[in-house]
Amino acid sequence: MEPKTLFDKIWDAHVVKRADGFPHALFIDRHFIHEVTSPQAFDGLRARGIPVFNTRRTTATADHNVPTKDQHLPIREALSRHQVETLRKNCKEFGVDLYDLGHPYQGIVHIIGPELGLTLPGMTIVCGDSHTSTHGAFGNIAFGIGTSEVEQVLATQCVLQHKPKTMRIEINGQLGRGVVSKDIILYIISKISSSGATGYFVEYAGEAIRGLSMEARMTVCNMSIEMGARGGLIAPDQTTFDYIRGRKFAPQGQAFEQAVETWKALITDPGARYDKVLTFDAADIGPMITYGTNPGMGMCVTDRIPTAKELASLGDTTSFTNSLEYMGLAPGDFLLGKPVDYVFIGSCTNARIEDLRQVARLVKGKKRAESVEVWVVPGSKQVEAQARKEGLDKIFEEAGFELRSPGCSACLGMNEDKVPPGKYCISTSNRNFEGRQGPRSRTFLASPLSAAAAAITGKVTDIRTWMEN
Amino acid sequence: MAKEKLSTLISTAVPLLIENIDTDQIIPARFLKATTREGFGENLFRDWRFDAANQPVRDFVLNNPRYSGKILVTGKNFGCGSSREHAAWAIYDFGFRVVISSFFADIFKNNALNNGLLPLVVSENFLKKCLERVTAEPATPITVDLPNQVVSITGGPSEHFEINPYKKASLINGQDDIDYLLSLRDEIREFDNARQRVAPLP
Ligand code: SF4
Repeated sequence: MEPKTLFDKIWDAHVVKRADGFPHALFIDRHFIHEVTSPQAFDGLRARGIPVFNTRRTTATADHNVPTKDQHLPIREALSRHQVETLRKNCKEFGVDLYDLGHPYQGIVHIIGPELGLTLPGMTIVCGDSHTSTHGAFGNIAFGIGTSEVEQVLATQCVLQHKPKTMRIEINGQLGRGVVSKDIILYIISKISSSGATGYFVEYAGEAIRGLSMEARMTVCNMSIEMGARGGLIAPDQTTFDYIRGRKFAPQGQAFEQAVETWKALITDPGARYDKVLTFDAADIGPMITYGTNPGMGMCVTDRIPTAKELASLGDTTSFTNSLEYMGLAPGDFLLGKPVDYVFIGSCTNARIEDLRQVARLVKGKKRAESVEVWVVPGSKQVEAQARKEGLDKIFEEAGFELRSPGCSACLGMNEDKVPPGKYCISTSNRNFEGRQGPRSRTFLASPLSAAAAAITGKVTDIRTWMEN
Repeated sequence: MAKEKLSTLISTAVPLLIENIDTDQIIPARFLKATTREGFGENLFRDWRFDAANQPVRDFVLNNPRYSGKILVTGKNFGCGSSREHAAWAIYDFGFRVVISSFFADIFKNNALNNGLLPLVVSENFLKKCLERVTAEPATPITVDLPNQVVSITGGPSEHFEINPYKKASLINGQDDIDYLLSLRDEIREFDNARQRVAPLP
């Protein structure tokens, strides 16, 4: 038999129909929905008078629009409230499980799936949200879809898709001190640009990836979309199985042991062909920060922003110049030492318990700089509960950080958490687009460690030298 | 949603000389709160069209009366970022039927095609010529001949473009994917049952 990549194995096992000239009808094992991209899809079902194909394969939560303060009160903003209420109504009418505000399982959709054991190896997973790629950390095919496709999945449990090309990205060797998974992914994107993997599905491999925890792997897969890839996956291994064991909806007992045996076959066969292979050395990666308005505009925190001349070889410099102008920065500038106004620790990229623990460990006994406002927004109710149980909330409080309730929050500023115009925010989220964190806000993407250090010093800081002090 | 059929379109075009336009620019997140598909055109490129005081930004191309038409011509990697289909709805609702670029982000491309909006991929060279010509002579009609897969600039070059035959037929007939998938319902049901035997549901 022809050797196959992990991606091909999972894809091929889910094709219901492959007709000439048609995209593949791909079966979807698990579907997540949230309030922003689902209402029009439910309307479509109603218009056709059809039910949800298999309600047991869809799970809903409210995350994008929700306030991160006083979550027990009705949502103040009328349109947000309406959207969440519409989700409630739709889930009830169509019989879909919803983890609503106040539910102990509520949280950002890409955080709750894995933590509840709904995300498993070998599956196909979709959600009307581009960061569905996060789930790929468990060795499955997970990708974001649009609302018309949400409707397709609700109606038929399938999406029509062309099979993407495959890319392997290998990170060899070991990460240096102060360098974490967020830095790996920001580094890759800075090397291949924000469109470098468009048309591809990425498999991450290599020693540095193998050495990561599940939560750190999710951070890497999460930002696959930021290099244009539809998704990214990592072959499951003992780390994966250990993480899944005992989770609420995962197979239990004997069934779990059986499942692990089948999951062990989820590897790329030796000699399997990828359409593209890229290799990087972990030792070359430092703590990363972005300086522009797309995630490809990143650099090591001690580097300086390229000059237009240095970039000229790449062709377009207008977008580069506009981007720096928006950011209030100049070509050739250093970011190290640049004052920041806000620190946001949150989002589906970096708001899991490990992220909060890392931040807490660094800031314990320290105080935030007076000039900065710090928001810590846990990814889910479970993360929040765990943080409180471990006393992290106390550490944050002493440091002057505000621990809020779960949601997407300032990652996209759909709720009230917005960075004001012109202000700089160092953020653990995934997008630095113009206005992403609020109209005319300015975002530096970085790891939770770098964000924590900036919260204390009030400026962009090299975590490596800071840790020594 | 009933989609207008798209076959041959002759229209002037609006040149938007920016690369890597992400869907947060096309329709900022704070305007995603509607629960219907209509009305998003009003906020298309909101933060580029209007300043902080809600006044139109004079030099933004969509505010420039010289430029109009059903075709948007723009820099590469258009539609990157969020999967929000609202971006495609906003562009369609504003009145565009075709977006010409050298390169589209994957999810945006699907979303556009699912909404009767044609993401038309041309070569870098053609794109450059097209942008130059439309910018200098806004009255230039561009012909998009979908059945023959040819795009031509009046008095200028023309180019063949690729599109999946199924998607092409969908655009021309104004039908959507769900009709096709629903016709497979029985096969899918069987597939679902077989999957559950291998991977039981919780
Ligand atoms: S946290 Fe940000 S990136 Fe993640 S799902 Fe929410 S809005 Fe999207």
